Formats: sequence, structure tokens, C-alpha cells
Amino acid sequence: MDFTIFLIQVLNALQYGLLLFLVAIGLTLVFGIMGIINLAHGSFYMLGAYAAFVLTSLTGNLFAAIALGIPLAFVFGVVLEKLLFSHLYKRDHLEQVLLTYGLILIFEELRSLTVGDDVHGVPIPELFAFSIQLSDVMSYPAYRLVVSVVCIVLAIGLYFLIQRSRLGMMIRAGSHDRDMVQALGINIKTLYAVVFAIGVSLAALAGMLAAPLSSVYPGMGFSVLIISFVVVVIGGVGSVWGALVAALIIGFADTFGKVLVPEWAGLAVYLVMAMVLLWRPEGIFRKG
Amino acid sequence: MNQNRQQRRTLMQAVVGLAMGALIPLGAAQAADPVKVGMMLPATGTFAALGTAIDNAFKLYVEEQGGKLAGREIQYFAVDDESDPAKATENANRLVTRDRVDVLVGTVHSGVALAMARVARGRDTLFIVPNAGADDLTGQLCAPNLFRTSFSNWQPAYAMGKATAGMGHKTAVTLTWNYAAGQEAVKGFKQAFEEAGGKVVKELATPFPNVEFQPFLTEIAAIKPDAVYVFFAGGGAVKFVKDYVAAGLKDSVPLYSSGFLTDGTLAAMGGAGEGLVTALHYADGLDNAKDKAFRAAYQAKYGMAPDVYAVQGYDAAQLLHKGLEAVGGDMSKKAEMRAAMRGATIDSPRGAFTLSKAHNPVQDIYLRKAQGNLNPVSGIAAAKLDDPATGCNM
Amino acid sequence: MSENLTRAFKLAALLALAAFPFYGTDFYTEVVAKILILAIFAMSLDLLVGFTGLVSFGHAAYFGLAAYMAVLLSPPDFTPASLWTLMPLAMLAAGLAAFVIGLFVLRTKGIYFIMVTLAFAQMAYFIFHDTKLGGGSDGIYLDVRPTAAIGGYTPFDLYDTVHLYFFVLVLMVLVYLFLSRLLRSPFGRVLVGIRSNEHRMQSLGYATFWYKLAAFTIAGTLAGLAGFLYAVLFGFVTPEYLSWHKSGQVLLMVILGGMGNLAGAIAGAFVFVGLQETFTDLTKHWQLLMGGVIVLVVLFMPGGLAALPGRILNRLRKEGRNG
Repeated sequence: MDFTIFLIQVLNALQYGLLLFLVAIGLTLVFGIMGIINLAHGSFYMLGAYAAFVLTSLTGNLFAAIALGIPLAFVFGVVLEKLLFSHLYKRDHLEQVLLTYGLILIFEELRSLTVGDDVHGVPIPELFAFSIQLSDVMSYPAYRLVVSVVCIVLAIGLYFLIQRSRLGMMIRAGSHDRDMVQALGINIKTLYAVVFAIGVSLAALAGMLAAPLSSVYPGMGFSVLIISFVVVVIGGVGSVWGALVAALIIGFADTFGKVLVPEWAGLAVYLVMAMVLLWRPEGIFRKG
Repeated sequence: MNQNRQQRRTLMQAVVGLAMGALIPLGAAQAADPVKVGMMLPATGTFAALGTAIDNAFKLYVEEQGGKLAGREIQYFAVDDESDPAKATENANRLVTRDRVDVLVGTVHSGVALAMARVARGRDTLFIVPNAGADDLTGQLCAPNLFRTSFSNWQPAYAMGKATAGMGHKTAVTLTWNYAAGQEAVKGFKQAFEEAGGKVVKELATPFPNVEFQPFLTEIAAIKPDAVYVFFAGGGAVKFVKDYVAAGLKDSVPLYSSGFLTDGTLAAMGGAGEGLVTALHYADGLDNAKDKAFRAAYQAKYGMAPDVYAVQGYDAAQLLHKGLEAVGGDMSKKAEMRAAMRGATIDSPRGAFTLSKAHNPVQDIYLRKAQGNLNPVSGIAAAKLDDPATGCNM
Repeated sequence: MSENLTRAFKLAALLALAAFPFYGTDFYTEVVAKILILAIFAMSLDLLVGFTGLVSFGHAAYFGLAAYMAVLLSPPDFTPASLWTLMPLAMLAAGLAAFVIGLFVLRTKGIYFIMVTLAFAQMAYFIFHDTKLGGGSDGIYLDVRPTAAIGGYTPFDLYDTVHLYFFVLVLMVLVYLFLSRLLRSPFGRVLVGIRSNEHRMQSLGYATFWYKLAAFTIAGTLAGLAGFLYAVLFGFVTPEYLSWHKSGQVLLMVILGGMGNLAGAIAGAFVFVGLQETFTDLTKHWQLLMGGVIVLVVLFMPGGLAALPGRILNRLRKEGRNG
């Protein structure tokens, strides 16, 4: 592998890792703070991508679609929390697994009934629809780099939101001791609804941003579900930095797995996960 | 209970049949019951749109014949196979053992079709495959009761390999998902390309259904082959082509594929697929009257343009019709019916084709060049191409 | 529910199952045979999830591995293998895999355990999916069912649907009895102790790791039995048998039935497949109904099916008191 190519592969790995971070971050928040194992996370990603497709067709612009889609996702998240998840906090983890599995089936069928089963594409916004030349034959699409930048900004933003803001303080306190926070006069119910809605919005945002890069197709939620869990668990449940580091590790494992050991590329990600967890059984950034 | 009612009904039918059998010849009594057709196609999941196209076109043909084939009504039984091989045997049993269909039709997913072939073999039920391309179906697993109206994975790939070499390319890199269909396609491409003096310098594969292609694009840019051959379909195809174009490779390293890359996916690619050359047994703008009539009828009935999957479904119904005609609708004459099907010439929208001795279409594979949302024909990659049917002892 | 009533109910269920092949058609006999196999699979997982508190999300690996062994260890030339060697070998392979994987995964806990078991199962999946070891992604046929002949004597014929059905039913009952017995033994009590408080068990001097490993190995072996029977019943093995969807489905059966209750696991298998059968015949959008039912079950039936009779009895008692 010559050096330029090696550098491009590193860039590929970074960029894929950041995308995985974006997909997984909502999951780690909901999981870490609310203790909910949300299998429907991939469905929210899928719904986001389809929303991007529908709204972009209507408004003609991905940014307008995102501006419309995020509030929609937030409201959707609040409604779901109030209707379903709020009844589950005191229940076993596994009943949440069962419920969210049911939701996967429902969302997938609703998607089929309303938008159909065809494959769709979403155009890259005009502004970023160009490529940057990297080597004599290879160039890099600017939009990918934009998405990477968004991911980095989001990581920093979330860190400050959780570690430095008043809302973050309440959230952190709520995840440690629900009853105590309530006794202090904070409305824990609203707080949880907000956290869940943020989780849904982040998954939908990931789907919307990824829609122009990927394509919009039935079953796309499944493809990100497992890998999101891998990222969350390697990073340590609930940790923003952990998710970021884990996503990058997986980005590198996947990219270089494909290049160096192509026959075993399917195993690479899981092998890395198994090794990390055997080394640190509670993820890299375990919560205190 | 359901099965009780069914049993009672069968019993009554038997009694009535016996009573009538004394009065009129058996053939006529049989013509009164419909031919039971079991449609096992994906209605949910990634391949749902393909399943719908096949189902639509099959029924379109039957309706064009007035709802009857060789004088017999057609009664449909449907199962959603979900493209899940783990459920395939049971789903096939549902149609073959429970509903006792006369003909099993399906499906898109090769693994599911393999399971169906096993069930059909056990009961010697007529089985028509309207898509699944697994080479083995008309190779090692070929059987007197198994017919295919679509293609073998080998066919379009071999034709593409031949055409790629014909265009003067000397080196190629291949890329596919690491699954049977992709592996078979790459094998076909490589065989033809190397027979014609080319050299496949690297075979790349990515785990199914992973769609992160960037590392491979970088490798291709490093190797700089004369051409790239890929096998992708559906959402993965859209993503791959968009990535290939965005990486600036399309202009420097031409991309070729079996036609599934650009079938039903061009609109989603949003212009990225423009000018792609692919090989398939069907194309837009074929100059034959059958195709024009088929397209018009399909458009009128379903409000959308038919695709290659629809053609395959339509031809499955045609092939069944040929068989039924030959025996006057009497499906108990298995051997005659199958011989007639084997010897039939199907007047397909893709152009007339015949069947090989392994029951796979012997067909022209077209070269197509993508234009807008269409894949107009630009030439013939291989005429009357016959699958080698490796391992078939029929 | 009172002990006697439960026993009477179980006996009645068993009698109904034993009578089924005589009034069901071949197809439904095979469907019920499949459910019985899945019930074995679900019970084996319940040993981990319900009794030991180990939520494995990779249990399909042992199921699928044994199914592949049924094919790969059969002679390639269409002569049937002997049931009495093939079945133990397939189970042994699954048990061995569970033992080795257990050595690693049991170092983790909670959600991390869920994910590491998934990781190992995914690796097994990709080995069968991506390589030609077992026919690749398209799957492989088990061409002939094994024979039950011992010496010159053949007690039953697996090609006969009814024989096969009873073979499966007997094995299911044996697994049920074996696990019930196991759970009542001192060993089983340690497992249940680990579930409620592992630290306490450790401080009482139990080497909990080895107990968990034993449970994991037994569960893997029994999952292997289920996988082997599945391969024999359907004659077709695909990598999808090892996929996380399959692991998820069996987990659903256990949760649906009510964790920590072997009869519940069996009921879970029946209800899960029963719903599928009913809904697929109703509409092509059957998954919508399935999803709806699952959501409703979680919201209104905590504790799964196993808790249902008790809840109904309670309700009746209450109403009796009020009325």
C-alpha cells in the first residue's frame, strides 16, 4: 500500500467512524440515561431517511427537510415516550426489548403502506455537490466531509449539553437516582420525555444526513441497528466520548479489515468487539 | 378448525368426484376445478417491490387469456416468503403440502428458491422459478419438475465479461457482496474475460449487506485497472454507483455490471447512473411487438412501467400455459406436460427464447446503456447464450 | 395456581399434543413438530435467561452449528447416517462451542454479556455465510434423514411424519423433565441464587463462574439438539439459522411465555408461531398485526403468558369476594 493510498484509507476510516458515531449517539444517551434498550433505534434512523426523501421532494432542499424533520422527530419522540415507554421504567429490560421489537415491525409495515417498497435517492445539496481531488484518479465528495464536520460539532455540543448545562445536570442526576431528583422538585417525567425525544431526533438526523450518501430502502434500519449497539457497548453505555472513540475504532476495524483480510472482513468488527470487551468488560469508558 | 373444514371439503369433493366419475370422463371432471397456483414471493422486506412485479405480470398474462389457461380456471394461493431462507421450507410446505397446489411459482431470493426446490422435488410438484439466479437450480439441482424463466447468475455475467474484453479492456477488478449470487456472477465474468485474453487482477468482496464501499474505491484507485465489474442490486446498487461517481472513478475506470445494478434503481441514483453499460436478458426500447403490447398492458393495469422482474413473471405464466395447452389442461399427464414445456418457444417481451436441457432459458443477453431512468439496448453481448449447467445429469 | 391444577393442565396439554397427529393433516403435524423443536430451543435459553440471569443474544449460534453438523457429518453419498451417532455428535459440537465461547463471554455482565454473546454468534454466522464450508449463503441440503436402526432392528422411521413427530415430542418432554429436575437439584438452586445475587453466592463460597459455565454449556448442548432436529425436519440448513434474528426470536418466545418458567417457554413457542400462522394467512401486512400484539402484550400482560393464569385467578377471586 503506498503512502497516499494509506492516508486515503485512514480518511475513509475516520469518516465512516464519525458516521457510526452519529448513528449510535442517540442510542447510548437513551440507554445510558434512561436504561432503555431501544431496538427500534434503527427504525427511527429509517424513518428519518424516508422523511428526508419525502420532505426533500416537497421542499426541494435537504436543509429545509432537516429543519422540518427534526421538530417532527422530537414531537414523535415525546408522544412515543408518553404513550409507551413511560409505562416501562420499572419493568425488566427484556420487556423493553420485546416492546421495541414490536415497534420495528409496526414502523416497517407503516413505511411500506405509506411510501411503498421502492428504492429512493436523495440529492446532495447543491452547495456541497462537488468533489475534492485526492490522487490522480480518486476524489472525495465534499458532502462526506461536511457530514464528518457535523458529527464532530455534535459530539462537542452533546458533551457540553450533558456535562456543563443545567439540563445536563438534571439528566445526569436523573440517571443516578430517579427518586432523589423528583424529591428535589424536578419534573422527572418531562425530563425523561425530553431525553427520549432527543434520542429519537438524533437517530432521525443521522438518517436524514446519511440519506444522500446512502440511499433510502426498505430494511435499512436493520443494517445500522446492530452496529450501533456494537459502538455503544464498546464505548461504555451512556458515554459520549466512549461512543466517539468506539465508533472510530469500528471505522478503522471495518475499513482495514476489508483492505487487509478481505475474506474475514465480516468478522473483523465483531472480533474487535469481543476483544475489547474481554479486555474491559464494561466498555472503554465505563461510567463511574 | 380450519384443517377439519378443509378435510371435510376434500372428502365431499372426493365423494362428488366418485359419483360424477361414473357418469362422465375424468378429463372433463378435472377441467371443472381450477389449477391451483402457489405464488411464493416476497411481500415484505428488501425484495418486496420485485415480488409485486412478478405477481402482477403473472396475473396480467392469465387475465389476458380470459382468466383461464387451456380452459382451466386459475386459483391463486399466496405466501409471503419474506426472503427468509430460515422459513422457506415451511412456507413452501404451506403451499405444496397444505394447499396442495399444482404449480409452485417463486421466488426472488436464491436461498429461499433452493429450499423450495427441495420441497417441490419431494412431492414432484411442478416448480417455476421467475427470478432466483442460483446456478445450482439448473445445475446440480436440475430436475424434471423444475423450470426457470429468468436467468442463471452466470449468464449476464459471462456476457458482460465477453463484452468487456471485446471493448479492448485488458485488466479488471471485480467487486461484489460476499454471497452466492455475487460469487457466481464474478466467476462467470472472470471466465469470459480471461477466455478472451483479459486478466482479473483482483477480486474484492464485502460482507453482505454492508454498504460502506469507500475502502474498495480507494483500492480500485490504487490498482487503476482498465475496467471494474460489480454485482449489486437494490439499495446497495444505488449507494455503490453514487459513491463510485463521487469518487471520480467513473470517468477514469469504466464500470460494468450485470443489469440488476441499474434496473429499478436509476431514478434513485439521481443521474449518477447515466451512461452505465450493463448486460441483461432484458432492456428498454427492444424492437419487438410483444414487448410493446406487454408494456402498454402492464402500464394500463398497474399504473407503472414493467421491469425485468415483471417480464420473468409474465413468462412464467406463459410457460405454464404452454404446458397446460399440450395436455389439454390435464395436469396428471406430468411427463407430456413437462416435455412440452421443455420444448416450448416462449414469445417473451425480451424476445423469443427456448429452454436448455437443464430447463434454463437459452436467451440473448443485451448490452444496455443507461439513459435517464431507462436502460435502452445498445447491442447484443451474447446471442442465444446457454448456461453450462455444471453438474446437471438430466 | 394450585399445584394440582397446574399438573392436570400440563397433563391435558401433553395428551392433546400426543393426539394431534391423528386429527391434524401432515402439514400441521409438521408445524407442531417445528413448534416442539422451538420449545426445546426456548427452554434451553430459559435456563440461561430465566433461571441464571444470563441474557444470551447469540443462542442461535449453537442451534445453527448443530444443524450444520447434521449435514456435514452425514455421509456425502446419500446413505443415511445413524441417528444414534449423528445426534450426539451434533449436540457435542454445539456443547463444545458453548463451553469454549462461555469461557470468554462469562467474564462480562448485563448488557455487555448480551453484546458479547451476539458478537460470537455473528462471527459464527459469517463463517458459514462467507465461506464454502457449508454451502455458503445459499445454504445446504441434508439429503437423507438419519436412520434409527440399531443393529438389524429399526424402532421407528424418521421419514414417517408421525414417527418423527413423536420422536420430537418425546425429546421435548425429556428435556422438560431433565431441566425441571436439574433446577430442583442443588446445582439448580445455585443457578437461581446467582440470578438473584451473584455476590452473595460468591461470598458463600460458590465458584459461580464454573456454575455459569456449566449452565451455558448445557444450554448450548440442548440448543444443539433443537438445531439438529430442525435440520432433520426441514432437510435444509442456511446461515440464517445462526443469525441474530433467530437469536432474537427465541428470546421473544421466552419473554412472551414468561421468563423463569419452563412451561412458559413452551407456551411462548406455541403462541409466537401460532400468531405468525394466523396473521400470515390474514393479510400481507401481517407484521403490522404481529407488532401490535407484541406491544399490547408488553403493556397489558407484564410477566408474559406464564403470569396470565395467576392474574385471571386473582381477578376471579377478587370478583368473588366483591360479589
